[in-house]
Amino acid sequence: MNSYTHTHYLDLVNLCKIYPTKNGPFTVLEKFNLQVVEGEFICLIGHSGCGKSTILTMVAGLNEISNGNVMLAGHEIDGASPERAVVFQSPSLLPWLTAYDNVMLGVKQAFAHGSKKERDQIVKYYLESVGLGDNMQKKPPELSQGMCQRVGIARAFALKPKLMILDEPLGMLDALTKHELQDLFVKLHAEHKLTTLMVTHDVDEALYLSDRVVMMTNGPNATLGDILKNTLPRPRIREDIMEHPDYYKHRDYLINFLEEQDHQAERKKTGTKD
Amino acid sequence: MSIVLEAKNVTKNFGHNGHTAEVLDQINLSLEQGEFVAIVGFSGTGKTTLINLLAGLEHPTSGTITCKGKPVTEPSPERGIIFQNYSLMPWLTVRGNVSLAVHQTRKDLSAAERKECVEHYIEMVNLSASIDKRPGELSGGMRQRVSVARALSMNPEILLMDEPLSALDALTRAVLQDQILEIWQKEQKTIVLITNDVNEGILMADRIIPLNIGPKATLGPSFPVDLPRPRNRKTMNHDPHVKRIRNEVNHYLNEQSRQHKAHSKADAQPPTRLPDLEPAHMKKEYC
Repeated sequence: MNSYTHTHYLDLVNLCKIYPTKNGPFTVLEKFNLQVVEGEFICLIGHSGCGKSTILTMVAGLNEISNGNVMLAGHEIDGASPERAVVFQSPSLLPWLTAYDNVMLGVKQAFAHGSKKERDQIVKYYLESVGLGDNMQKKPPELSQGMCQRVGIARAFALKPKLMILDEPLGMLDALTKHELQDLFVKLHAEHKLTTLMVTHDVDEALYLSDRVVMMTNGPNATLGDILKNTLPRPRIREDIMEHPDYYKHRDYLINFLEEQDHQAERKKTGTKD
Repeated sequence: MSIVLEAKNVTKNFGHNGHTAEVLDQINLSLEQGEFVAIVGFSGTGKTTLINLLAGLEHPTSGTITCKGKPVTEPSPERGIIFQNYSLMPWLTVRGNVSLAVHQTRKDLSAAERKECVEHYIEMVNLSASIDKRPGELSGGMRQRVSVARALSMNPEILLMDEPLSALDALTRAVLQDQILEIWQKEQKTIVLITNDVNEGILMADRIIPLNIGPKATLGPSFPVDLPRPRNRKTMNHDPHVKRIRNEVNHYLNEQSRQHKAHSKADAQPPTRLPDLEPAHMKKEYC
């Protein structure tokens, strides 16, 4: 038996991020606690600058944890690892490698014990599933931003990670591609049940994809504000969800939270002006 | 009304020696003084290429682009650009980035006026508290707001915006949409907005033009957005007229996508099968 329980697959305990500045320590994130069930899809929402990305980069092992810790499957994380795959807002591909080679780079590491043919199939499978079957041999400069982002998504899913970390992966895509890729995330989540932590700005996207929506308070000293349990039924079909009676209830709840944060920020601003 | 920016039969190819990618084909676009046009389309259709051509950052392979009757050969401060990827100078502060643009383009102002101008636009995008921070210390949304402030501070006649708001949170986005509209109406600017969001187009633009799926992308028909201004974001959602425009545009785009897919499926390979193989990090048994 492993030393973690199903409900604490990912466990963020008193997570803090403090940056040293000229005027003393600056707390971006303060005592953030969250337990994630295995296979759960969590969306983090909050205003820009509230430390959403800070949480993700710490969980990814790309950003030093100032205080607290991150447990995944019963083990404290230590640096970056293919067990935690990340899709960034900008695709961060190696520009001199083809789409195929960009995905292969990670696959080679995670599947070193497999055969060359198996690795080839994994890379092709995921590139096809993101709709790039015809563009595998192109390099990033020949691909549009949206297509590059698809390569980034294929690269992350191909690792079969324990935790999928999505840092606003669709923020820069056009609405139609965005819809297609949201559907792809729904499909991939249904197939692989990967535990997922996603930051998004888009309330509708959060409701379409997530099991729970975690709302962040405004920074500095940002922390967990509220959690919404997303009761929309799975499998999710976009048209049906929009018609579901809970949809607008949830949506209003999230938007009210964000607007309330906004008002608080206004009050703070005017209160401290002189 | 006079035409301020015009593209005539513009074609753009990249590469040479048989490796040519034909991105845009026979683009015709006329912008009247004070007009607000939104261009929507799928990723990879050449939207950014189109903006770069209008800005003068790229040159058409054939066809002409004219700004107030003169051919566009290079970028000019009369055509302000807001890029999708912010394109800020990482070693300059927020103030430094905006000052750079103001000092280059507003030589008519005194030093004090320029300083005031810089601060005015930074205040407008709610970044006064971060005025001395560098891009690396700002979130993505905040960086885009710097980029918006920089473009507006040059007081350009034409604003070319390449998906400026798509990466921002809903509230910041709404605030900036309102500010852009306010400036557009007050200062009679001409705006080309590339957007991924049909709703944004309906809220802001006078007409919406889809960019068809490439290669050899052409512009689709122009959909007029004949709604009174100011437009209300909240009541708009329930307006049957708005719904009709939205449906027409979405229908056109989806039809494009369907045709494109049908076309590319014709010679598709059978899908690759996923092998039953666990990654190394899954095989390790933790206890």
